[in-house]
Amino acid sequence: MRRVRSITPHVYGWLLLTPAAILLIAFTHYPTVATLVQSVFSKGTAIRPSAFVGLNNYRLLLEDTVFWKVLWNNVLFGIGTIPTSIALAILMAVWVNGKLPARALTRLAFFTPTILPMVAVANIWLFFYTPEIGLLDQIGRVFGFASHNWLGDPDTVLWCIVVMTVWKEAGFFMIFYLAALQSLPPELEEAGRLEGASRWYYFRRVAFPLLMPTTLFVSINAVINSFKLVDQLFILTKGGPDNASSLLLYYIYEVAFSFLDVPYAATLTMVLLSALAIIAVGQFVFMDKRIHYR
Amino acid sequence: MSRQFSRDLGRGLEVAAAWLLALLWISPLLYAFWSAFHPAEYATHFELGAPLTLENFETAWSQAPFARYFLNTVLLVTLVLIAQFVLCTLAAFAFARFEFWGRNFAFALVLVQLMIMPEVLIVENYTTMSHLGLVDTILSIGLPYMASAFGIFLLRQTFKTIPKELDDAARVEGCSMMQILLKVYVPLARPTYLAYGLVSVSYHWNNFLWPLIITNSVTTRPLTVGLAIFGAPESGVDWSIITAATLLAVAPLLVAFLLFQRQFVQSFMHAGIK
Repeated sequence: MRRVRSITPHVYGWLLLTPAAILLIAFTHYPTVATLVQSVFSKGTAIRPSAFVGLNNYRLLLEDTVFWKVLWNNVLFGIGTIPTSIALAILMAVWVNGKLPARALTRLAFFTPTILPMVAVANIWLFFYTPEIGLLDQIGRVFGFASHNWLGDPDTVLWCIVVMTVWKEAGFFMIFYLAALQSLPPELEEAGRLEGASRWYYFRRVAFPLLMPTTLFVSINAVINSFKLVDQLFILTKGGPDNASSLLLYYIYEVAFSFLDVPYAATLTMVLLSALAIIAVGQFVFMDKRIHYR
Repeated sequence: MSRQFSRDLGRGLEVAAAWLLALLWISPLLYAFWSAFHPAEYATHFELGAPLTLENFETAWSQAPFARYFLNTVLLVTLVLIAQFVLCTLAAFAFARFEFWGRNFAFALVLVQLMIMPEVLIVENYTTMSHLGLVDTILSIGLPYMASAFGIFLLRQTFKTIPKELDDAARVEGCSMMQILLKVYVPLARPTYLAYGLVSVSYHWNNFLWPLIITNSVTTRPLTVGLAIFGAPESGVDWSIITAATLLAVAPLLVAFLLFQRQFVQSFMHAGIK
């Protein structure tokens, strides 16, 4: 743009931005604020309209045992999925990046779950977990284990969901590590080999630290996904038995669209929004650290 | 000698482990193929000589309006993609090339959507859609995703790498601002459009939660929602037919992926690194 004091760039800039801005405001910023407002009102009924109740919904939240259970499930779900899928992603990327026979085919196998819809693959996994006839029980029987109702047992159900989610996500994260590994200068590994460093040593002391920005990026995505991925629950468990596999977003869905309690769903959404805000702040803080690796 | 041997053994074990993991990863899909192409009695036990059949696909296709679901999904994905390309291109161009008042603040507001995705705001967005009278339309499924922060960010990064001399030259040639955008910027950003397009199409082909909430009829429901209803235990359909339906639903994307595997993988990489 010419460096004249003119109003043109401002007009152009805003005009170009307007269509996107309208939609962003309507479906991101406005609903965020509306959620906050909604959370301080009561649920309206035919006789009693919705009224301002201050922090009453939040008090209900603190007393709601289902909420605490679901939140704890979400923590367990995160602990179960994030480190495992990242570790597997790194392993896959290292393998697929190296001189592996049938490399393209192996990469294909790892990546395929990523492009399939969660609902569709959940249908397949449902069969694995089915008691008696399911694949898991069939394999178990060969080794003499008794049949188990994997999805019906509160002790195992969440871990069944975790395993399936790791399977779905690891290949996706692998892509980012693969890209990062390919951008590492090949001289590094060369030098390591000349110095007699083992592959493990090279990975631990050279490659892994250089992959740190990728790990950070992937971790943030993984944390966000752990709050966002609930599609599989609709097919596998519907959050049950007794909310043993329910996650925060699934509970929000239930409260809003099955129990039709919009203000309380908004209150729960506020918890989710706060969690995401904490992640955003965390990312901001970590971003400074990541410069040291560059 | 023995050192060489142990190195070879280690290498061999590693290859075996990699292949085993790959096999494990693809096995759910292999199982789906097995079950879909064999009669129902073979769905739960495996026999080499089991007869092949296409009956499961025929049954699935005739028991639910999958053709309509396909059409809905294709319409949805196309609508979202076109809208995203137009809106994100304009916004990205603004951020990359104009110094306007409040630019940084506006950009920060755009980035908010990277954290607070439409999935999180289902409750309030449903209310908005019902005020707008858009519940149960294909437009309402796509609307919250059209102004995509991810797309704006990606295109802005690409546009910023395009040397300014190029648009100065185009201006000397007498091009208007819009012509510069369409003739200089958009063609040079083609790889980014391809990458973003593939990511977007596969995302919306697979999206489930929001479409489930906002649709309630056959004429709007996308494949994922149709499949979930079809496969629900209450519907009493057996495994072979469910897996056949599942394969039908993923087939276009899977075939596209197998044909353009390189582009897919590179697109996801490209989109992730930026």
